[in-house]
Amino acid sequence: MLLIPCPYCGERPEIEFSYGGEAHVVRAPANATDAEWTAFLYQRSNARGSYAERWRHAHGCGRFFNARRNTVTDFFEQTYKIGEVPA
Amino acid sequence: MADIALAHADARRTAPLPGAVDRRIEKSAPLTRFVLRLPEESLTAAGAALGLDFTAPINRAVTSGDRTALRLGPDEWLVLAPATDAAIPGGLAAGLAGRLFSLVDVSHRQTGIRLAGPHAAAMINAVCPLDLGLAAFPVGMATRTIFAKADIVLWRTSPASFHLEIWRSFAPYVAALLHEIGREYPD
Ligand SMILES: [Zn+2]
Repeated sequence: MLLIPCPYCGERPEIEFSYGGEAHVVRAPANATDAEWTAFLYQRSNARGSYAERWRHAHGCGRFFNARRNTVTDFFEQTYKIGEVPA
Repeated sequence: MADIALAHADARRTAPLPGAVDRRIEKSAPLTRFVLRLPEESLTAAGAALGLDFTAPINRAVTSGDRTALRLGPDEWLVLAPATDAAIPGGLAAGLAGRLFSLVDVSHRQTGIRLAGPHAAAMINAVCPLDLGLAAFPVGMATRTIFAKADIVLWRTSPASFHLEIWRSFAPYVAALLHEIGREYPD
């Protein structure tokens, strides 16, 4: 089974985690245009290769964190806490 | 409530083997349970108030007397004590006066199961993906994890015994499954 390194708990089995979509998506301002809202809500970079994602250790510490995963190989390049700057 | 849930689980076991109840699986004594959330700067004050070391690392249990705190997250603990221990909310409120904390009584949300015997880890591993080898999951380790379809808290109390905390409505499912798995591991 794939092991995901939780920044709080260490390596844990994949099925303890849930996926949270692309990371570092900046919320549109309150006065955003419809086009800006559409981009914020629906448009993702959907990279082929290294991709910044949010994950949650749902059946573990319960915390959200960020990860950089290769979408081709499914390899987790790194994980880091919310608010931390990736290495 | 734990009695009802587990009695129900016993009743639901189909075609029990002769010998019926598996003595390795038993209800824990009635417990009082709290979910405690604390910021970093309140750990020592809370520890002094309850007599527990909240600075212990994540996924560890600390026990003092009858009280145990399982650190389930960076700022989250599950505090377990005998059902007769009514001093936790008052003690914490006095010790943390003027500080932020959150304490939620979940005594009746969960029920406890104790599982013991040389096959205890293997029985859990039948439906739980964690590495339960003693090197990876030593005595005193405690974490939320997944048990087949149920979310549980697993705490290793000795090399061959575990305490499981289960949300009440999942208890019949977990108990029945453990009994079923136990048939693969004769005592
Ligand atoms: Zn975790």
